[in-house]
Amino acid sequence: MNESRRNFLKVAGASAVGAAWGIPVVSALAKAIKSTPLPANLSGKRWAMIVDINKCKRPEVRRACADACRSLHNIPDIERPHREIEWIWSDGFENAFPNQSNEHTRADLRESDVLVMCNHCDRPPCVRVCPTQATFRRADGIIMMDEHRCIGCRYCIAACPYGARSFNWEDPAPHIKQLNPDYPHRTRGVVEKCTLCAERLAEGLEPACVEAANRLAGPGAMIFGDLGDPNSAVSQALRVKTTIRRKPSLGTSPSVFYVV
Amino acid sequence: MLEKAFTGSRRYWIWIFCLLALIGAGGIAYLVQLQDGLSVTGMNRDVSWGLYIAQFTFMVGVAASAVMVVLPYYLHDFKAFGKVTILGEFLAIPSVVCCALFIFVDMGQPQRVLNVLLHPTPHSMMFWDMMALGGYLFLNVIISMVTFGAERKGIAPPKWIRPVIILSIPWAVSIHTVTAFLYSGLEGRSFWMTAILAPRFLASAFASGPSLLILLCLLVRRISKFDPGKEVIQKIAVIVTYAMAINVFFVAMELFTGIYSDIPEHMNHFQYMFFGLHGHHALVPWMWAAQLLALGVLIALLFPRARRNEKVLAFLAAGVILSIWIDKGLGLVVAGFIPSPLEHVTEYAPTAIEGLVTLGVYGIGILILTGLYKIAISVREGLQAH
Amino acid sequence: MYDAGKVIAGLVVFAVLVTLPLWYTDALGDPGYKPDPELPKAEKHCVESREYMKAWHMDLLNHWRDAVVRDGKRVYIPEQAVPCGGDADCTGGLCVAGNCRYRMSLSGGCMKCHTSKSRFCDRCHNFLRIAPYCWDCHIDPKED
Repeated sequence: MNESRRNFLKVAGASAVGAAWGIPVVSALAKAIKSTPLPANLSGKRWAMIVDINKCKRPEVRRACADACRSLHNIPDIERPHREIEWIWSDGFENAFPNQSNEHTRADLRESDVLVMCNHCDRPPCVRVCPTQATFRRADGIIMMDEHRCIGCRYCIAACPYGARSFNWEDPAPHIKQLNPDYPHRTRGVVEKCTLCAERLAEGLEPACVEAANRLAGPGAMIFGDLGDPNSAVSQALRVKTTIRRKPSLGTSPSVFYVV
Repeated sequence: MLEKAFTGSRRYWIWIFCLLALIGAGGIAYLVQLQDGLSVTGMNRDVSWGLYIAQFTFMVGVAASAVMVVLPYYLHDFKAFGKVTILGEFLAIPSVVCCALFIFVDMGQPQRVLNVLLHPTPHSMMFWDMMALGGYLFLNVIISMVTFGAERKGIAPPKWIRPVIILSIPWAVSIHTVTAFLYSGLEGRSFWMTAILAPRFLASAFASGPSLLILLCLLVRRISKFDPGKEVIQKIAVIVTYAMAINVFFVAMELFTGIYSDIPEHMNHFQYMFFGLHGHHALVPWMWAAQLLALGVLIALLFPRARRNEKVLAFLAAGVILSIWIDKGLGLVVAGFIPSPLEHVTEYAPTAIEGLVTLGVYGIGILILTGLYKIAISVREGLQAH
Repeated sequence: MYDAGKVIAGLVVFAVLVTLPLWYTDALGDPGYKPDPELPKAEKHCVESREYMKAWHMDLLNHWRDAVVRDGKRVYIPEQAVPCGGDADCTGGLCVAGNCRYRMSLSGGCMKCHTSKSRFCDRCHNFLRIAPYCWDCHIDPKED
């Protein structure tokens, strides 16, 4: 090939690569839309939750929480072991609080099962590592998932100190027991987790698990509110109850507190 | 120059055909994975990274190791390495391609991979990893094209390539450092969150990469008229020895800190690897084999007589690669997930599909390596003939 | 240039073929078949004008996606105001200060009026051989 043709091809190739970088610039300049929250939208500075371990001790209570979440959000039931998808579920006290329990911890606590879920940390490692901001921190403190953007790299799962996240190893649709048409399901290849019922907060409702737990175990089984509001139910409860959080030494500052 | 990869002996084409068959098999396996999702692999909710990411981690090390021949030649005028820098760069290029492919096949939504570029995220180490690896690939392609192109024409390369080559030296260190940062910044994974992880990665890279280069040099001498030279191979062997010594020392440091400190959360990963945990012990034979092999190979490498016997050296180089491959791959990645954040032990074993896809990716890497080395050999043989 | 005649002739043929969709209809006349999405019977106003939706509905949905998921805003204020008397005038939406505002939702917004995926969305998408992945996750209303 003669020199001028080679040079032409080299310049053409380099120009094409250079021009491709213009795509995000152009799309960023596209017109914005006008939008607003729903009238009943609950807004807060930092949503938080208190789980009373003793009030939620009965398996029916915890199962009701998990089922409410599962059916509302079209979470599939995967039978294949170790590929389950869970947003809120139960595990042993010593599993959830590995360094906060010893052989002399009072037996009824040590042997409890507790509700575990995404802690919506104030300093979330998952958000720090996500390469596309598919998981991100909302202004109200919710660690949200953008299932449209997730590339399924599972870095957030590696980063989460609490095992709160699940990956769709296969298409979840065939495994959904009862489809809720008012909420999407996810697709294979994306990570999902508790989103603190952001869609219910938008309509002025509290998270489904809180509602289910309090219905079965009485008020105070789970308390939801805005830590940024000193008069909220959560702020008031935290002033009088003794609570612990999961893995506090890691500095993630979880928003889920547990009454022991 | 590229046309030299498309002409060759019967043996050359049979080798290419075998590689294409391997790549084809891997491609079909990948199609199965695309169809059914990553559930066809052995990864699970607790061990969410497996064979693919382990291979990625290992190959970043091999890619970075080109610096071990580039640095002495360009920074310290070590003339003997003049003939092998191109072999090092031509090993780095397919290694980086393999890295990118291993990440790609591991992704749940691979068609969305460009989101990393559309939504740049400077606080994510994975973003920087993509930048570093992309830049390193670009650097190596430019450097090898320019320097080798000049050599073929019998002229000195243009002066501007020298700062580019000097840049590639810290850049090589950076690609493996940022890969280590993927792991070592995670507060939730105590097995990985150690300052020595990046140094360990670099030491093991500088032992395993040049070992592979030694094997490739011996192969090149066997199948062509181009001989990198016995002294060159000996010098690389010395580099491997030092790097392996540092690597084994670093592993020993990790073992000491993890076990002597007696913190259950840190110890239980080592316990799982070497003794089993809660009745699960799948990794135990592998880890003992890797460490004993590493120690044995290192001791042998310390003897100049062993290094000077090229047959023995070939075995030792293979041993270095194997022990580091097991340690960095299976050991590091899998054991980081066991036990899980909720203190459960869920084991991992790759599936056949995972193995086939992996072999397919390696096939692509070896194909590129073959083509590039064919070009290098053909040009060198041509130059030698004159 | 070697074979200049063949090269240029080849480039011209290529240019003609690659721009086929742009001039085909004007040159050869209407092919007769057009995709025929079934429009809603009751509602007369869409979120935006027909021309806008035909050209930009995918772009609009992308904006909605980001507003709902990333900004927590679920109510759309149309570019072109749609006057209303009460919430009932804005299917699935809200009547605010005499103008309709719509829920930004595929299943809970668009598909409250366009209730049949197969007789609306798929008509054009199938014709153009496009397979948008919305319904990999979002649920379309049950069809009779």
